Amino acid sequence: MGALDLVLRGDPTLLAIVRLSLAVTLSATLIASVLGMTLGAVVALTRFPGRTPLIVGMNGMMGLPPVVVGLLVFLLLSRSGPLGGLGLLFTPGAMIVAQAVLITPIIAALTRQVVEDLWAEYRDELTAMQLGPAGRVAALLWDARFSLVTIVLAGFGRAAAEVGAVMIVGGNIDGFTRVMTTSIALETSKGNLALAIGLGGVLITLILALNGLAWGVRQWAERHAG
Amino acid sequence: MLDRVPLADAARPLVRLGGAGFAAGTTEILKDVTLDLAPGDPIVLLGPNGSGKTTLLKIAMGLIAPTSGEVLADRAAVRSAFLFQKPVMLRRTAAANIAFALAAAGRPADRGTVAGLLDRVGLGAVAERPARRLSGGEQQRLALARALARAPEILFLDEPTASLDPQATKVVEDIIHQVVAEGVTVVMSTHDLGQARRIAGTIIFLVKGRLVEHAPATTFFRNPSTEAARRFLAGDLVL
Repeated sequence: MGALDLVLRGDPTLLAIVRLSLAVTLSATLIASVLGMTLGAVVALTRFPGRTPLIVGMNGMMGLPPVVVGLLVFLLLSRSGPLGGLGLLFTPGAMIVAQAVLITPIIAALTRQVVEDLWAEYRDELTAMQLGPAGRVAALLWDARFSLVTIVLAGFGRAAAEVGAVMIVGGNIDGFTRVMTTSIALETSKGNLALAIGLGGVLITLILALNGLAWGVRQWAERHAG
Repeated sequence: MLDRVPLADAARPLVRLGGAGFAAGTTEILKDVTLDLAPGDPIVLLGPNGSGKTTLLKIAMGLIAPTSGEVLADRAAVRSAFLFQKPVMLRRTAAANIAFALAAAGRPADRGTVAGLLDRVGLGAVAERPARRLSGGEQQRLALARALARAPEILFLDEPTASLDPQATKVVEDIIHQVVAEGVTVVMSTHDLGQARRIAGTIIFLVKGRLVEHAPATTFFRNPSTEAARRFLAGDLVL
């Protein structure tokens, strides 16, 4: 059976893998967005000892190797690890944790840069309006919303495309923790290229569609809100 | 904001500067300025470029702290607002910019209030346009409406018409006259002598960061007491 046929026919195995992949990656992106945007905004707007090393660290961690993240999360969640009691290892929960760890620095570092640049532009106006710290953060995040959507999409793309971390902490268990990227790797090694190509096509289409949607929304919003 | 220090009585100045100065590194931008900004006719800061007008306004507003001397102002009790020479428009519609300023000032940001402020500066027709797509003159009027959203008792204007054409300048000046008529104390900087004549009740003349002359506008223009002011009024370059 060809790859296109699998997709068009709505093959149950393929659909289950796609559903799990989306659930894991969207959850991880949501968690990483909340953590990363908060951290990025706080670092952008405050001055404290160690800020510069923190920024360098955040920027450096944008290139974290997924297998290293997978290994660290594996050690944390394994039976003898500090979070072993949660029983998350080899579950979708562990995969969400790994992906969130992987993309939180990306979202935090890019948010910090965007908010800091905008703050340089808005500082005098917002200070003259006597806006408090919470109001400033809210105003800056809102006015940076178009850039932040792009940042979130970058995080989503990175999480959706990675294979090493989820393979290590999820175990690639059929019907339970098998997602698109791990399936593609496995099916390719087995010679089942139809399913691998079908999943690859779905993965690329999803990421392109999401980015296309975000681009369209951004164009519309910029026309209507500036 | 700086210096939440109460000033004494009802006839008090809104802001009092005592020997205030400001230096950036080794460069002194403002030197030893002692001045009361009291309610009344518009106060115009006049002087050539680089004379310290903007720095004085920012210190009086509390946007920057003096590096020497002191500023006394009851920031909690006296509502103040500032219009920058090149105001930054928030990435929202004109109406949303006003609503934001109202909310920041703790005032109700209902449609009626927003529409009233926009109408006041003649921007009712562009309420739903993105603020950054307005013309320079429209943006300056929107920024003025945003400042007025604070219902200020004292309004600081930093060369508000410096980059506007004569027609847009006239519109902004008309709004300033209305605001003054409503009892708002306006403190404005300009290097435009004609504008100073049209608006000022009191002139504060600055040269190289020093307060050179502080006098009623009629006195300043008819009989300036310093050589620097005479040369400035004669159109000479005051360096």
